[in-house]
Amino acid sequence: MKHFLTLLSHELRMLLVSPSTYIAGTAFLFFMGFIFTGILENYTKAAQDVSPAHVFFQLFWLPVFFMVPLLTMKCLAEERRLGTIETLLTTPVTTTEVVLGKYTAAYALYLSLWGATGGFFYILKRFSSDPRLIDSGPLIGGYVFIAVSGLLFVAIGVFASSLSRNQAVAGILCFVMLAGLIVGVRWLGEASFLNRDMLAPAKAAVEYAQIFAHYEDFTRGVIDARHLLFYFSGTALALIFSILSVEAKQIHA
Amino acid sequence: MSAPPTPAIEVDHLVKTYAGMTAVADLSFSVARGEIIGFLGPNGAGKSTTMRILTGYLPANSGTVRICGHSVATEPDAVKRLIGYMPENNPLPEDMRVSEYLYFRGRLKEITRRKLSPRIDEVLELCDLKRVRHKIIGQLSKGYRQRVGIAEAILAEPPVIIMDEPTIGLDPHQILIVRDLIAGLRGRMTVIISSHILPEIEMTCDRVLIINRGRVVAQGSPADLRREVLGRTTYQLITTGSIDALPALLTAIEPSLKITATSEPDASGFVTLGLSTERTEEIGEPLLQSLITHGFRVRALSRAQPTLEDVFLAATRRSWDAKLAPLTNNVGAVT
Repeated sequence: MKHFLTLLSHELRMLLVSPSTYIAGTAFLFFMGFIFTGILENYTKAAQDVSPAHVFFQLFWLPVFFMVPLLTMKCLAEERRLGTIETLLTTPVTTTEVVLGKYTAAYALYLSLWGATGGFFYILKRFSSDPRLIDSGPLIGGYVFIAVSGLLFVAIGVFASSLSRNQAVAGILCFVMLAGLIVGVRWLGEASFLNRDMLAPAKAAVEYAQIFAHYEDFTRGVIDARHLLFYFSGTALALIFSILSVEAKQIHA
Repeated sequence: MSAPPTPAIEVDHLVKTYAGMTAVADLSFSVARGEIIGFLGPNGAGKSTTMRILTGYLPANSGTVRICGHSVATEPDAVKRLIGYMPENNPLPEDMRVSEYLYFRGRLKEITRRKLSPRIDEVLELCDLKRVRHKIIGQLSKGYRQRVGIAEAILAEPPVIIMDEPTIGLDPHQILIVRDLIAGLRGRMTVIISSHILPEIEMTCDRVLIINRGRVVAQGSPADLRREVLGRTTYQLITTGSIDALPALLTAIEPSLKITATSEPDASGFVTLGLSTERTEEIGEPLLQSLITHGFRVRALSRAQPTLEDVFLAATRRSWDAKLAPLTNNVGAVT
């Protein structure tokens, strides 16, 4: 792990000097601000049961679908396309260090983009006369959920990027995998064919992997070790597969 | 007296196959420390594959490779600290500055921060990159990019440097610079370079290794190779007189001397002849004297210096022939 910090600081530096980071950040904030304004407009029309933060974070899947593929599709695919992975891996670094360095940098960017949306809540608190609009429980729960689930989402993106040397293909693969995980599992949970007794274990597994259900727990302040285990183990698995994928591509180059 | 140092590179019965296709077939050679060796071969001969195996980037199917006594297969970390590698097409990140890139690579190659800055200055000077040190690599011309690749390979002062076609796509002036650069490493580092540009190899390398279809077909210094592969000396003669009597005369001077080519007589009746002999010593003088005593008028006689190109073509042809020998009859019938 000697080179992890060198690689990470290099990746972060490249992110900071790249104009595309700032364009992506601005576009993201613009989009999220648009959603946030929409939510607040609903509150001006009629009183709602839940706080704006709850509704806002409930829409987490929308930016995740677009942002995670865009953030991660480049990381390993570009190295392979340019061939710089060859010079990188012939220095005394290991594949694990390379993958972890890229992953950590992408995750840091993901977190900082989401962190920037904290400004919306600050503005709301500063200018709204109604303290009920700011409920710290769902707000903190929402950010914790974003941080924990982001570990898995970004790892899936890195894995998708390790599969192809074409960025567009990697991006689409990542989108499909995320959609399968978030929406596909939810659909399976509602499907009636899983209700048979024989399929009860499958049903239990699907219930366990319901990301929307995890979100509800987080915002209620329930931080369940089972949920954490789901995200941590999923992240570890996706990263191990990415490392194996990079090494396998090397053998069969 | 101490034991002789281990060779810088030892390759023993190396085999690499890709999906049923043999890229490297039973390749063995060794390179002494401080030697500059040229790796020649037609496209698809297995040059790049061999180099990638030497760096530990690709695993071999069988055989062993040792860099300064360390096995590539079992001690990849040790080997990676001993080599500087510049891959084919010299991949570089597009959006970094030259000095930033060298700094990053230096840190990966475990040069301490304190030593790194002076070392970067040194390689920038050596590779004549001082003027572009703050430029973005993506905006540099091919010649500069190539030199950035070389600077990166020699940055950590590794004992072994492996460069895959370092002069590809350069203009003659830039080739000259790169050649001087490589020649400057002689004695200090072991350099192995592959190239298609044969004069290039001939001028820089102490030894040449010609491979074809994953096998070594010839090796030695350029002069040795000429003798070994071509095995004959050729002369060009422009003369006039009774050409029919010439073969007998030539045999009298040297039994192996033969006419290999004859041109049509020009306006003044002079014929250009190609002569070939297995004798390596100079026979120009007796030849000239006996021609004149026998009434031939001679306009020119010169000994043709075979180029490495001829050696390369002969050596690779020889290896194709060896492989294709049982099929020759069929091929002959078709053509």
